[in-house]
Amino acid sequence: MTDRCVNHTTFVIERRYPASPAKVFGAWADAAAKSVWLDDPDYKSDEGADYEMDFRVGGHERFGGLTPEGTRYSYDALYYDIVPDQRIVYSYEMYSGDDRMSVSLTTVEIVPDQDGTKLTYTEQGAFLDGIDKPEDREEGTAWILDNLGKYLAAPVGS
Amino acid sequence: MLNQVADLDRVFHALADPGRRLMLERLSQGPASVSELGRPLAMSLAAVVQHVQVLEASGLVRSQKTGRTRTCAINPPALRSAESWISERRTLWERRLDRLGDHLADAASSPPHIPHDDNGPLRDEPEERSE
Repeated sequence: MTDRCVNHTTFVIERRYPASPAKVFGAWADAAAKSVWLDDPDYKSDEGADYEMDFRVGGHERFGGLTPEGTRYSYDALYYDIVPDQRIVYSYEMYSGDDRMSVSLTTVEIVPDQDGTKLTYTEQGAFLDGIDKPEDREEGTAWILDNLGKYLAAPVGS
Repeated sequence: MLNQVADLDRVFHALADPGRRLMLERLSQGPASVSELGRPLAMSLAAVVQHVQVLEASGLVRSQKTGRTRTCAINPPALRSAESWISERRTLWERRLDRLGDHLADAASSPPHIPHDDNGPLRDEPEERSE
């Protein structure tokens, strides 16, 4: 018997990148680029992961993989608003096996900042039934955004 | 070689903190998220993240992305490098103590030789006193 509960959380993560807004936006818009920086460039993990992205309003981004314990997780996002080099708004849900862990609305804002770019990532989420913890999502997202920084600093030939 | 020394420095630095050792103890039972690692410790998530970074820099812990969260796991080779450093030192001292034991056994079976210093102040000679 699942204990039903909802934990509403909003978190905001800011990062500055030494790259142009167009380059930062491109890293979000290009499936090949994104599948690289979504992971740690030094350590390919996400075993058994598959990745697909249809970057346009109404398009989906999907990926899945196995946790170290062997549970399958999956991610499904839907794009609502895309303003080139400036803004991306999408919703996404995450599953652990067949259980929906969370439903989130994410806004990525990209603005010029001196000779680089400031990125503001805002996630408003409903975390369901205590399966996943918002603080882990925030920490993991910050880590992923740091990986984007590594990718932008030294893009691998891909 | 220099690299190995630096690696070992980072490993022992990482181990030199009770909170980080507690995290490793937790991870020895299986992978865990960052917040799980911090649960027994009364500290902020930001502080837990910093400890995880030290553990990662030492190679003792590796992170794996699972969806949008990070899962940490212990990295046995780095732990073994610390273990083998300690056991090599122990072996050296065990060898030394064995040699000391041999030496003492030899000494017991032959008459002791006490070095004699003719000019030293402790001479076992009758005192010459003029009256």
